[in-house]
Amino acid sequence: MKILKVFIVLFFVISFSELKSDEVNDILKHKILKNIRCLICQGQSVYDSESEFASSIKLIVDRKINEGLKEDSIYEFLREKYGDWIVYDPQLNKNTYILWLLPLLLFLLGGAIMKKKLKFRN
Amino acid sequence: MKNKFSLFIIVIFFSFCFVIFYKGLNIPNNYTPKVEKKKNIPIFKAKDFDSNNYINSDKIFEDNIFYIVNIWASWCVPCRTEHPLLMQLSKNQSIKLIGLNYRDNFNNAKKFIDEFGNPYSRILIDKEGILGVEFGAYGVPETFLIDKNKYIIKKFVGPINQEIVNEIKLIIK
Repeated sequence: MKILKVFIVLFFVISFSELKSDEVNDILKHKILKNIRCLICQGQSVYDSESEFASSIKLIVDRKINEGLKEDSIYEFLREKYGDWIVYDPQLNKNTYILWLLPLLLFLLGGAIMKKKLKFRN
Repeated sequence: MKNKFSLFIIVIFFSFCFVIFYKGLNIPNNYTPKVEKKKNIPIFKAKDFDSNNYINSDKIFEDNIFYIVNIWASWCVPCRTEHPLLMQLSKNQSIKLIGLNYRDNFNNAKKFIDEFGNPYSRILIDKEGILGVEFGAYGVPETFLIDKNKYIIKKFVGPINQEIVNEIKLIIK
């Protein structure tokens, strides 16, 4: 009887943990799909799009997650196929450095102007 | 002097904005992935259209010649316009055409080939569009030129035209 109880508890623990891992994969999948741009309907993410391209990408992402690939590796795979444009969060490289550095430069410039003005007033 | 300097800065700023926006007017909104550097052909396993058996990519591209991978579907209207040009290319001995039947119904695809002719030395079935993604395609038709070293050297989005055919012929000469 005791053994049966242990088996029942084990069964539920295993079933629950499997469900958990599926849920985790789903959350990761949705996160990745929301970060990928649909190249057919370019105002939408792959998550929101119903295009043929988006449904292929959804399948690919699902497969890659099941193969055990990490989030960054999936983005890298898609970047290699379609370029940086496919992801909403571009990496810092020679094509995007202005995009990343301009706000910082403007912030520093603004700070410098403010400091100068304040100094002038005092 | 200070006012003149401010005016100068404002003029420079607006001129800069004008140039950026004016240049932007001529840039198309739609992004098209380009083949900027040579890419290796993907390693994959696909179902053969005729035999229905799975085949590895190294078996598909085993000859030391140029290959063309053309993504097509029976439901794709532009594929019909480019088909005679593919037939023309298929007569060239130094190139082999591989067809990737994209998200299609088998019977419709077969009818298409029976009606318009078969330019492909092999047709692969891409029921879910996954092979297309492996090649970096995002629609139909798309055509990839693969050199003897098995690198993708050119990518043509949309139906090919006579100009593209001439370009391909020049490369494979």
